[in-house]
Amino acid sequence: MGGIRRAVFAALCAAGLSFATAPAMAGTTLKAVMHSDVKILDPIWTTAYIVRNFGYMIYDTLLAQDEKGDIKPQMVDKYEVSADGKTYTFTLREGLVWHDGNPVTSEDCAASIKRWGARDAMGQKMMSFVEAITPVDAKTFTIKLKEPTGLVLLGLSKPSSNVPFMMPKRVAETDPYKQIEDLTGSGPFVFVKDEWKPGDKTVFVKFDKYKPRSEPASGLAGGKVAHLDRVEWLAISDQQQAVNALQKGEIDMIEQPSHDLLDVLKKDPDITILNIPQLKAQYVFRPNWLQKPFDNPKIRQALWYAFNQEDFLMATIGSEDYIKECKALFICDTPFGSLAGTDGILTSNVKKAQELLKEAGYDGTPVVLMHSTDLKALTNLAPVAKSLMEKAGFKVDMQSMDWQTLVARRAKKDPPNAGGWHAFMTSWVTADVMNPVSAAYVNSSCDKASFGWPCDEKMEKLRDEFAREPDPAKQKAIAEAVQLRNIEMTQLIPLGEYLQPVALRKNVTGFLAAPAPVFWNLEKK
Amino acid sequence: MNMLAYIFRRLLQTIPVMLVVAVFIFLMLRLTPSDPAAIIAGDNATAEQVAQIRSQLGLDQPMLQQFVIWIGKVLHGDFGESFFFKKTVAELIGERIEPTLSLAFFTIVIAVLVAVPLGVLAAHRQGSWVDRLVMGFSVLGFSVPTFVVGYLLIYVFAVWLNWLPVQGYQHISDGIWGWAQRLILPALTLSVIYIALIARMTRASVLEVLSEDYIRTARAKGQIERRVLFRHALRNAAVPIVTVIGLGIALLIGGVVVTESLYTIPGLGRLTVDAVLARDYPTIQAVILLFSFTYVMINLAVDLTYTLLDPRIRY
Repeated sequence: MGGIRRAVFAALCAAGLSFATAPAMAGTTLKAVMHSDVKILDPIWTTAYIVRNFGYMIYDTLLAQDEKGDIKPQMVDKYEVSADGKTYTFTLREGLVWHDGNPVTSEDCAASIKRWGARDAMGQKMMSFVEAITPVDAKTFTIKLKEPTGLVLLGLSKPSSNVPFMMPKRVAETDPYKQIEDLTGSGPFVFVKDEWKPGDKTVFVKFDKYKPRSEPASGLAGGKVAHLDRVEWLAISDQQQAVNALQKGEIDMIEQPSHDLLDVLKKDPDITILNIPQLKAQYVFRPNWLQKPFDNPKIRQALWYAFNQEDFLMATIGSEDYIKECKALFICDTPFGSLAGTDGILTSNVKKAQELLKEAGYDGTPVVLMHSTDLKALTNLAPVAKSLMEKAGFKVDMQSMDWQTLVARRAKKDPPNAGGWHAFMTSWVTADVMNPVSAAYVNSSCDKASFGWPCDEKMEKLRDEFAREPDPAKQKAIAEAVQLRNIEMTQLIPLGEYLQPVALRKNVTGFLAAPAPVFWNLEKK
Repeated sequence: MNMLAYIFRRLLQTIPVMLVVAVFIFLMLRLTPSDPAAIIAGDNATAEQVAQIRSQLGLDQPMLQQFVIWIGKVLHGDFGESFFFKKTVAELIGERIEPTLSLAFFTIVIAVLVAVPLGVLAAHRQGSWVDRLVMGFSVLGFSVPTFVVGYLLIYVFAVWLNWLPVQGYQHISDGIWGWAQRLILPALTLSVIYIALIARMTRASVLEVLSEDYIRTARAKGQIERRVLFRHALRNAAVPIVTVIGLGIALLIGGVVVTESLYTIPGLGRLTVDAVLARDYPTIQAVILLFSFTYVMINLAVDLTYTLLDPRIRY
């Protein structure tokens, strides 16, 4: 038996030595773990963030916002606005080609804007002002408006879902309600469809014929110079495993490392943690206006006094390094971020909340609060809300479910005892909630509004005014009025902001401060 | 001829089993409060957009009509197209079968090679420290969840000793060494529970056989102990052991779900998890049908193996 034991031990040692991991692949292949796997490939058909990120890899945009949020030309060489503000003329840059080698034309862009305008909420609003989009020659097209609006530039530079990505005319003419199958773009990377394995990896290679702008990259604007020959997005669903793989050098980047694992990564000298302000997110509470008691504005208003942001942020993110208490509806430190009207609210003034409930005649109807249990960033929100609401005098029926069940249930307008709901909480990335037109939960067009279906004529009037107003200073004043109206009517309640850091190996540099993670400008040494 | 008739009869019996599974999984998915259209549409989608997608997917049709369409296609070998991946379900399963088969093969080989000798050894040294050690390991193997074993092995062999990769899979066509290297930790993780199960059963069966007269006769004839154990005892104890191994292979179907997710192996287990999370009905239905069919076939194979191991068994 001793002989057998020795043989087994020797075999194990030999196996261990010979299986030593091979060194990481050299060259310019960057392996990243994104927040989700790529399953759908049409960034106009869905608003999922991973598909938006996919879009930024292979498509380009006419305009783009730089690091400060200023709108800059991207595929466009120059644009002019007529004196009456009703005609925009865009001229494309020279040398832009599709991945199949054909030149990018004004007809392609006109068709792409129309398809985006049919699907995107902001695009639809913009298109309601548009009389015609007309190609003038191969490189020039005009957008003629029925009346002036500030939405043309804001819309065409929209940084988040749905982004107005440019596609070849033959692709852009696909029914907006059907997914495209031809994934020819003109962006700095080409999608390698043959290597795409959903649930495993998504592969891109550098587009050699891409012609970057001459300006340095800034945000989503400037020169999109691809330094990487190949980018692989790997689907590692287990966060701990992603961290292990990053520490070992098997991958180069984690787009959204879990906050509780950041301390482990911080201690590793080979890892860089980046806090990108543009990747900030905002927690929100969404009441359902259709159902009693939240059909009563005064009862909804009691929530502003029941809640405080610190409790939510500490329960979910847990570190002061990554949170910011901010009562602004349109995100602090962004062009329309304002603290107007926020004094005294979100301070857990229980007495005031109780008074409001009493004045409103709250009869103790239990509030069905949907609790998402499987997404770490959201799991602890509902228990905190329940506790704070109960202190204020609400009766709360917190119902736990996975996020996808919540997504299905929130679309139901039925009463809560028949499968409907009263409230849920979620988070939005900065880029989606920076103004009254793009912020979906501010939309108060009753049946046409997002889940929760707020119905508020005055709010819709303000949003229309914002859309019509081309002057940014006046837009800011309207955005403030929207914020005040939201505090009065409670379309949503902002519950604080948090940073979502990016983790990179030290040898990866050039990550851009932008509202979406992009891979141009990134270098791997 | 009897045997062929038996196999034919058993194959016929799979038809109602598969039909029940099909009805059950179809109803379970439709009655669960979920909506693939809402998931596909994304957070910014309006109710109209969600409704439009629901209509495109045919989910606005009456449930019976949806079932008839689906089962009709399945009977023609068409499992439909994934809601999400724009690929046929058959194509998706085809891509994922190699990693799962590889993992299952590695696991069962490790489990049998380790567990059977351990079980025989424990029976041979009944009551000794070796027996207690094997049985102690067996209890531990049953008790510790797969993901805990997985994290432990990853920490020791991948992070600390740096001998093996943390995660991932390499197709066999890209090199047998890389393929094997990436399967060692997942297979070890998954095999722990089967080693425990098979070792216990082997020990119990061998112990029972060791008290038989013919073992005493073999020893009296002066045969060496190894021959007595492996030729006489193990062979006659094989029927229950093969049953457990067969069950183990069938149970692997469940085990690969956790292990593949942990080690990022793009197999059928991960496909199942992804499909369930995304409520990808066509994929879930096809994978569950495939798993059920595999389960039935393994049971048939185990039953047939009995006749090879014990000539007294006839069907």
